[in-house]
Amino acid sequence: MRNILKNDGVKTFIASIICILCGLFLGFIVLLFIEPSGALTAIVNIIKNFFYYSRTDLQLKYLGHTLVKTAPLVMCSLSVLFAYKVGLFNIGVAGQYVVGACACLYAALVLGWSWIFCMLFAGLSGALYGALGGLLKAFKNVNEVISGIMLNWIALYATNMILSNPNAKNASSPYTYDISVKGQNAKLPSAGLESFFNDNIYITIAIPLAIIVAVLIWVILEKTKLGFELKATGLNKHAAKYCGMHEKRNIIVSLAVSGLLAGLGASFFYLTDFEQWKVTSSTIPHICFDGIAGAFLGGLNPIGAIFSSLFIQHITDGGSNVDLSIYCSQISGLISSIIIYLCGFVGFLKMVIDNAGKRNMKGEK
Amino acid sequence: MLTVLLLQYTLLFACILSLVAVGGMFCERSGIFSLHLEGLMCVGAMAGALMMRCLPNDVPALAIIIATLVVSLVVGMLYSSLLGIAAIHFNADQTLIGTAMNILGVAFSTVIVKSLNTISNPNDHSSLVTYINQKKAFIVNINGFEFYWIMLIALVILVVAYIILYKTRFGLRLMSCGEHPQAAAAVGINVYKMRWAGILISGALGGIGGIAYIMAGVSEWHFEYGVNGFGFLALAVMIFGKWRPQNIIISALLFAFFKALADVSSQADTLSNLCIPSGIYKMLPYIISLIVLAFTSAKSRAPKAEGIPYDPSAR
Repeated sequence: MRNILKNDGVKTFIASIICILCGLFLGFIVLLFIEPSGALTAIVNIIKNFFYYSRTDLQLKYLGHTLVKTAPLVMCSLSVLFAYKVGLFNIGVAGQYVVGACACLYAALVLGWSWIFCMLFAGLSGALYGALGGLLKAFKNVNEVISGIMLNWIALYATNMILSNPNAKNASSPYTYDISVKGQNAKLPSAGLESFFNDNIYITIAIPLAIIVAVLIWVILEKTKLGFELKATGLNKHAAKYCGMHEKRNIIVSLAVSGLLAGLGASFFYLTDFEQWKVTSSTIPHICFDGIAGAFLGGLNPIGAIFSSLFIQHITDGGSNVDLSIYCSQISGLISSIIIYLCGFVGFLKMVIDNAGKRNMKGEK
Repeated sequence: MLTVLLLQYTLLFACILSLVAVGGMFCERSGIFSLHLEGLMCVGAMAGALMMRCLPNDVPALAIIIATLVVSLVVGMLYSSLLGIAAIHFNADQTLIGTAMNILGVAFSTVIVKSLNTISNPNDHSSLVTYINQKKAFIVNINGFEFYWIMLIALVILVVAYIILYKTRFGLRLMSCGEHPQAAAAVGINVYKMRWAGILISGALGGIGGIAYIMAGVSEWHFEYGVNGFGFLALAVMIFGKWRPQNIIISALLFAFFKALADVSSQADTLSNLCIPSGIYKMLPYIISLIVLAFTSAKSRAPKAEGIPYDPSAR
């Protein structure tokens, strides 16, 4: 028992589970306040998500929908956690994601590129946008949180303007054209994966790619010199500089990689044709902030981020199963924001678990 | 007409920005990173708007003003105490908590407003609150220039804030907690109390700022949009204002002008005839603040202990 509790991974896991349970419980209380009679069914439906449907083929189809949206979420989580390892809070992930969406949709719809180039273009644009924040931080001492927020809004309005191009936007609706209508080359290939999900046409290689990228990020952070330098810079900038590491370069590189991940994530979503960009939108896509939740709930571990992202997307999609004549689907957004808030208490929870472990040891002696 | 409109919105936005920024300043001067302003404004706005909707039309104007502002203020303080609990007593990462509170603020107010709308009318699933008549209590029309009482209130609060911060024992103690809390504790100042005071002041002013913002130019509000990043602008105003009330007013005027330009551009023909897409105007406040921050941040000195959890045993 005491050996298990000493393991940091186990402690993080327990703390994350406690956060999730508390978040769900508080969400349940909010539901109770709105309308007590249906609250239990509602929270159960949120947790069930695709299990809500009784037929297996429908279950598989909706599981597919959740996975399609999980792939970009994993990328956003990775983006946040990569920067956080270097001591930077990359709230600019939203802007980098939006820029990535803009790049891949423009390349797909206006320039007619094939999917691989659209994807790389999205990643590159995100990386450059992230590096902009990094440059401001490294050379001008601008807090990356503030510059990130400003860049988010600039990216949103710029994207709305660029995608209003008549070649990209449907003249009669505020949405961009479907990829399948006007840029078939750009749709991500499915590699036969859709047959596992009841021929869900949105299933593409984005899902396995996101997992591969997560593993790659883990390798970079844990097994390479670059990862070591980045983490050292995050732990103590001055010590890293003293050891001959380029702390300014490391800040820029880490935000560029963050941006790359976010940009790729956007292409993983918009090139599946699941959703189109709405050029009149005045809010940043929700997924970017869920990425922050995913990163912290996953204990800032790339592999953990896969599971936490899947969970967050699972309850977000489950939100549409509540009885919409009484509740609103935003309740799952509320639950995931409560979970992010509670993630702030993980340090405290770990301390409690530590103390419990010590007490256990004393008891055994 | 256009200049009057521009002047009116510039002054109004400047007042709101400086209100919220001064609130954030108290928070940061006590040593807590005030990223939560956006969510705070949203929740304060939600509370105030619902209060206004509840009030019947025949209530005297003064009562409407007082009731609305008090509700926003109290709810803002309550909401900011979420930050207080996490950051002061549980040593949580303040950036993470601030971000969570921003998302939570929007999600929470959307859920509340939508549920109330659905309860009163089962077919209504919008997050809209309308307060056309009640809003009139806040405005005095002087020859086309709409004077908002909130401007006067903001001015008074700014003067009081200046006096409190620099001329009272409380303000000086609060500032010391943001610079070196251990030293402050050594001379007998209760750091926890001071930080709570800072957070609650930010909550009160942020709440009022929120309700004032959603009254500017409109009489209804969709809460799923939050407050459109206005809280973040206030944060930039505070940083550009170097955490000093007198500088905050000047920087608020600068930011407010560009924000007003963005808002007025959509209404006025002369500006849209310049063939500049409205997106550019919307981006302007953020681009300007980014440029301004790039040139001022190198020398800017944030409160030294800001964002660092207070550890009484550290030296």
